[in-house]
Amino acid sequence: MLDIIKSENQVFCKTKLMTDTPLSYCPGCGHGTAHNITMEVIEEMGIVEDTIGVAPVGCSVLAYDFMDIDMTQAAHGRAPAVATAIARTWPEKYVFTYQGDGDLAAIGTAETIHACNRGENIVIIFVNNGIYGMTGGQMAPTTLEGMHSSTSPYGRDIETMGSPLKITELVANLPGVYYVARHAVHTHKHARKAKKAIRKAFENTRLNKGVSFVEIVSNCNSGWKMNPIESNEWMVENMFAYFPLGDIKVNGKLK
Amino acid sequence: MSELKLMKGNEALAEAAIRAGVDAYFGYPITPQSEVIEYLMTERPEKRTGMIVLQAESEIAAINMVYGAASTGKRAMTSSSSPGISLKLEGISYLAGAELPAVIVNVVRGGPGLGTIQPSQADYFQSVKGGGHGDYKLYVLAPASVQEMADFVEDAFDIAFKYRAPVLILSDGLIGQMMEKVMLKDQKERMTNEAIIKKYGDWATTGKTDRERNIITSLYLQPEKMEAKVRKLMKKYEQMENEDLRFEKINCEDADYLIVAYGSSARIAQKTVELAREKGIKVGLLRPITLFPFPKQQLLDLSNQVKGILSVELNAGQMVEDVKLAVEHKVPVEHFGRTGGIIHTPEEILEALEEKIIKNEHARHHKI
Repeated sequence: MLDIIKSENQVFCKTKLMTDTPLSYCPGCGHGTAHNITMEVIEEMGIVEDTIGVAPVGCSVLAYDFMDIDMTQAAHGRAPAVATAIARTWPEKYVFTYQGDGDLAAIGTAETIHACNRGENIVIIFVNNGIYGMTGGQMAPTTLEGMHSSTSPYGRDIETMGSPLKITELVANLPGVYYVARHAVHTHKHARKAKKAIRKAFENTRLNKGVSFVEIVSNCNSGWKMNPIESNEWMVENMFAYFPLGDIKVNGKLK
Repeated sequence: MSELKLMKGNEALAEAAIRAGVDAYFGYPITPQSEVIEYLMTERPEKRTGMIVLQAESEIAAINMVYGAASTGKRAMTSSSSPGISLKLEGISYLAGAELPAVIVNVVRGGPGLGTIQPSQADYFQSVKGGGHGDYKLYVLAPASVQEMADFVEDAFDIAFKYRAPVLILSDGLIGQMMEKVMLKDQKERMTNEAIIKKYGDWATTGKTDRERNIITSLYLQPEKMEAKVRKLMKKYEQMENEDLRFEKINCEDADYLIVAYGSSARIAQKTVELAREKGIKVGLLRPITLFPFPKQQLLDLSNQVKGILSVELNAGQMVEDVKLAVEHKVPVEHFGRTGGIIHTPEEILEALEEKIIKNEHARHHKI
């Protein structure tokens, strides 16, 4: 069987820009795929020397262990402010943040809104799994109505806890934001589409177009207390219903 | 060209930042330091030197912008006043933890809470005892004149890059708002991107070339690695104490009594020294220019010579604790200070010295 492992037979290989460090993510989690397609885009565009990533606080705080690029780890929610300064002082570079829902849509709401409103020339990759994964499954701003978490143990009650925040639609309305799309990575088909969106986002940076914002709706099988397959099915049925996939703003125009 | 000008402390600091070749300033308005960003916005430093000036959405965003620029080897700074500095402390702790060079300016006003917009020195503890979370210290420079507001910008960046550590310029509303003549230095060129990549390529996140990737972080999940990081920081602070302590001694040679004061209090106390000497009381002044490192040994040495020490501060008594620690109870140490934005007069200080130190000293002798 080992005979077939030859370079001439190779049809796929891991991007060079992912390190060999074992991922710290739970088996079944979408982060690994989201990392991978982001690194593939950077490799395919040949821009690694000019790319600076900003890691958040949350499950993907250790993104710099897995992405073989220069990265700065930001305080919780502050990645868009950190990225703002890097993009302003190095205008020829590609600067992106990689953030979760707690980081981007709760504690970092001000930084997100204002970096978007200023039209900073950055890419924001927003992985939304509707829960605080790293800290053990607490309610996030994007937790769905009725969804159970360790801080909404009887389900999210809209009256006392507010509605799940559609921050992506919110930032799409800001003039500084050029491109907004929502994707997923749970199937090959979805991952390919998400990758295309990320590629478009980085190309917008090249053209100095302002903020490109790509949301990836993902699962958190551990936090949702499901097995990976169940979690993806639940995501398709419930998360996609509230956070529909597709382009939201293209070339500065709302869809 | 160097230039003699009449300027406010805040404006002198802003002009000095442009001339020092600073790459970026990120700020948020707050009294009594808003002149810094107002001056910078008016001067268009992006045209003069290419320096970036940005008004952030909050003090929190501003300090994290400093963090971002600093992580790429750029010379970045921010300024604020007390309540704003409280907001920046998270970011300052991250700067210290991630070992990033940056300059933060605090033009102190009275507190706690929203407090007053009048001058104060009540942020001493916050400045020298860490302030934010975790085991870290800031190198703290305390200007006492408009000239030092200007000069300390470059000094602060030199220290920040020498140690890869955040440096605080601890001013106050008095120094920030008053006008004095100031000699401004020649314009220095900003470093080019190529020079930054060459000089700081071993740590700065400027884009991965054929070298290993650079990572800026303050996260160490393994206890041994976290402890090693803390030890490394402590070594840095020890080196600061050994190599970069700054202080000024005025009339200390023959002094029987000592006043310790920094910043605006030191200026006022200098007049007290004159008044006392006119009355035949030999008073000296020790002015710490750096509050960390603190002139501990100098105080200990002086405690063998003087009969008592008065710590004069525009607060309810903060630096006095460090003075007491330094002199190890060898001589009486008392505090005098006004709060609420009230500035003590030289006469008031002399009165306090006579009441709290000299009178007690005589009483003690009488008892014996």
